Amino acid sequence: MTIRDILTYPDERLRQVSGPVVQFDAALQANIDDLEETRLAGPAAVGIAAPQIGWFQRVVIVDVSGRKKTRSHGHLVLINPEITEWEGFVLGREGCLSVPDYTGNVVRAERIQLHALDREGKEQSFEMEGFEARAVQHEMDHLDGLLFLDRLVSRRQDLFQRKVYKE
Amino acid sequence: MLNWYMLTLVGKDRPGIVARVTTTLFEAGCNLGETSMIRLGRNFTVMMMVQGRDADRLRGALQPVVDELQLTLHIDAIEPGLHQRLVPDVCIRVHGADRAGIVSQVTSRAEQAGLNILDLESDVGGTEAEPIYILQIEGVAAQGVDAIRAALAPLQSDGVKVYVHAIDTLIG
Repeated sequence: MTIRDILTYPDERLRQVSGPVVQFDAALQANIDDLEETRLAGPAAVGIAAPQIGWFQRVVIVDVSGRKKTRSHGHLVLINPEITEWEGFVLGREGCLSVPDYTGNVVRAERIQLHALDREGKEQSFEMEGFEARAVQHEMDHLDGLLFLDRLVSRRQDLFQRKVYKE
Repeated sequence: MLNWYMLTLVGKDRPGIVARVTTTLFEAGCNLGETSMIRLGRNFTVMMMVQGRDADRLRGALQPVVDELQLTLHIDAIEPGLHQRLVPDVCIRVHGADRAGIVSQVTSRAEQAGLNILDLESDVGGTEAEPIYILQIEGVAAQGVDAIRAALAPLQSDGVKVYVHAIDTLIG
């Protein structure tokens, strides 16, 4: 296993759309192991996406099980993931291994239904909420060339202010 | 050799101040660091970390704009300090009928419970007859979020709503 270099913004390669995994071979397993090794080497990341190490296939790893009071499905390798349902939205703070020294507020769905393949190519589906759902949405954005910077909402406005209508 | 300065500009608000000021700084060969601009009442306010040769040149470059837009300019030399960001782990929101002393009570109690404020914003909303006060704070809770929640709980009974929640920063 190898710790790979993390691509950092504004590296244009982070902007490309990754392609689906079609072969579940030894090369895939080796890349997944490198991805996990790289995640663990960084500063306490709960997830990582393949494009962050310059591997442009639809693979993400998410693991929020180390956090207190957080609902979790454990350590997840998600291949060709797709969100099939979204519900609610919630504001939360995010940072990224590919965007050092900056965190910002991002709105994400509160609950999601997710389909993906595991590292052997077996179908899996999940209902997720809260921090884990946020992590999955953050990582899946990388597969489409998006960063949390593309979704920032104001640091100052925690409340969504209502427009005042004159009678 | 470029040095860092904190520029403070205050004046009556009108459209175009930021564009004029930053263009002037750019043309004078300065770089911007972190900045914060907000309209308070009818006033334009901005604080900017600016990298430039020396304070006199900065003042000289800005003087025509400052005079024209009737701004008050203040310049302080500061230590270089980009990439020194602290990540907040607690958010405090307070609102209630406006009355004297809310900010003082909230911040004093929170400080005793280990709060270091990174960002504070307060507003007066509602109507002139019945003003409401809204306070939002982000900071680092050196003694934990629960300590701050406990310290602020007694304020609830005075007709003030206080919400304290952890900011869980997701790194992915």
